[in-house]
Amino acid sequence: MIPLDEKDLTLLQLLEENCRTPVSDLAVMAELSEQDTKERIERLEAAGVIRRYAAVVDWERAGSDAVTAVIELKVSPERDFGYDRIAERIARFPQVRSLRLMTGTYDLQLLVTASSMHEIARFVAEQIAPLDRIRETATLIIMKTYKENGITFAVREEAERLPYSF
Amino acid sequence: MRNFVSERVRAIPPSGIRKFFDIAQTMEDVISLGVGEPDFVTPWCVCEASIYSIEQGSTAYTSNKGTPRLRGAISHYLDSRFGTPYDPEEEIIVTCGVSEAADIAIRAVVDPGDEVLVAEPCYVSYTPCVSLAGGTPVTIPCRAEDEFRLTADALAESITPRTKALITNFPNNPTGGVMQEADWRAVADLLVDHDLLLISDEVYAELTYDGNHFSPASIPELRERTITLNGFSKAFAMTGWRIGYLCAPPEIAAAALKIHQYVALCAPVMGQVAAYEALRAGEAEKDAMVREYRLRRNLIVDGLNKLGLSCHLPRGAFYAFPSVESTGMTDTEFAEGLLHEQHVAVVPGSVLGPSGTGHLRCAYAVSRDDLKEALARIKVFLDSRA
Repeated sequence: MIPLDEKDLTLLQLLEENCRTPVSDLAVMAELSEQDTKERIERLEAAGVIRRYAAVVDWERAGSDAVTAVIELKVSPERDFGYDRIAERIARFPQVRSLRLMTGTYDLQLLVTASSMHEIARFVAEQIAPLDRIRETATLIIMKTYKENGITFAVREEAERLPYSF
Repeated sequence: MRNFVSERVRAIPPSGIRKFFDIAQTMEDVISLGVGEPDFVTPWCVCEASIYSIEQGSTAYTSNKGTPRLRGAISHYLDSRFGTPYDPEEEIIVTCGVSEAADIAIRAVVDPGDEVLVAEPCYVSYTPCVSLAGGTPVTIPCRAEDEFRLTADALAESITPRTKALITNFPNNPTGGVMQEADWRAVADLLVDHDLLLISDEVYAELTYDGNHFSPASIPELRERTITLNGFSKAFAMTGWRIGYLCAPPEIAAAALKIHQYVALCAPVMGQVAAYEALRAGEAEKDAMVREYRLRRNLIVDGLNKLGLSCHLPRGAFYAFPSVESTGMTDTEFAEGLLHEQHVAVVPGSVLGPSGTGHLRCAYAVSRDDLKEALARIKVFLDSRA
């Protein structure tokens, strides 16, 4: 981990919100020079603090029929490795969008996207469930996404605002 | 038929931005930097608490002063945040916004013939309220070269034997000027020596970007002669809820309460519930909004200065106050032209007091995208005049 100051945190917040914000604007907002801003971002990228620049896509609106499911796994941990090795195996499947170790009644939580419900079922039945040390799976289909990465998908009417007031 | 409108009301000039307002209302794609209110929606926890209370049937009058719970929370907040303790029983009145608080504060202390000093440029209600109370408003200029602070010299020049009170608003609408402790100490002696009352509107207190807001009532010599006004509109994005408050020593608070109970009875109960929730649970969202205003401030001030509209760095509130001197236009010509040709609404500074002449009030309580678009349109406007 690299030490971060207030300015780094400001840059991270601004980039997380909109990674296409021009460096000149980032510099002005964070009260830095452009050169300093560039160097800080490069340092954050090099250190892996910034992993990737990506778009938040509303796939439903893009007409996609893709199905996303939350899959909960109960896993027997391995001596010396705990959950890490099995998690690494699961993470390699491209269908797995996110993978987390959880507290509570199950251990690993996967977010899996596939083109149909059938494909999800096959993926779980054929790829995940048979893995060593998987004791139990539960597949929960996502019915509708209301909010993703802090962004609300539903369109709301803007409340009216006066053009002038004192 | 005779004219039934009172002479006092007739003497009040019509609002200086009414004309702009009417034009802007007819346009579809206006970007408005003309509004003195946050673009944020009230934090959801605050709305939710109020909705729930309505569902529970909490829809009745409250105590004239406001609910004991809210007054207690305000008292604690003021003490811990600004070092200005006020007794929730005797010294705090919850009002219908700071607008009402300013009016009842002025009416509680002003007699016909009293002169009341108003540090300008400023929010537009102070001078009419003084006039309506029968007093004589006397404005004191705050200048760009002083970063729009009120200086002891300017104050001293305006004091006469008839002077009774001084009204200030820091952080300031429209200039973004702030007064730090040393600035207040410099004027405190004058207020004490001339036995003057201070009415301090601190509604933008939370929107202070460099260091903490300094509340003049935290100076012991001033506390006994200060009416502190504050509210929830700006800090918690709660303009429509109409909740402000007035804090003053018991005798003055009791006088203001007499007026408040007859004109307003009490502030709206749903707003009071919301305000309590804002103090209880709204701090994180408030802080996030303040951080966002600071980012926007940096964007607009940089943008305006790059366009040649010289603009000091406002240290509080959410207004940039650039000068249009370099363009050869008056502030009104600029604002009218900009609205007509580029559909960007700003407030000409002269509307907000003689010292505002030659400046524009640009509220940066709009999204960063809108700010960038507004700056781009201002550039087109300036290029067309070059």
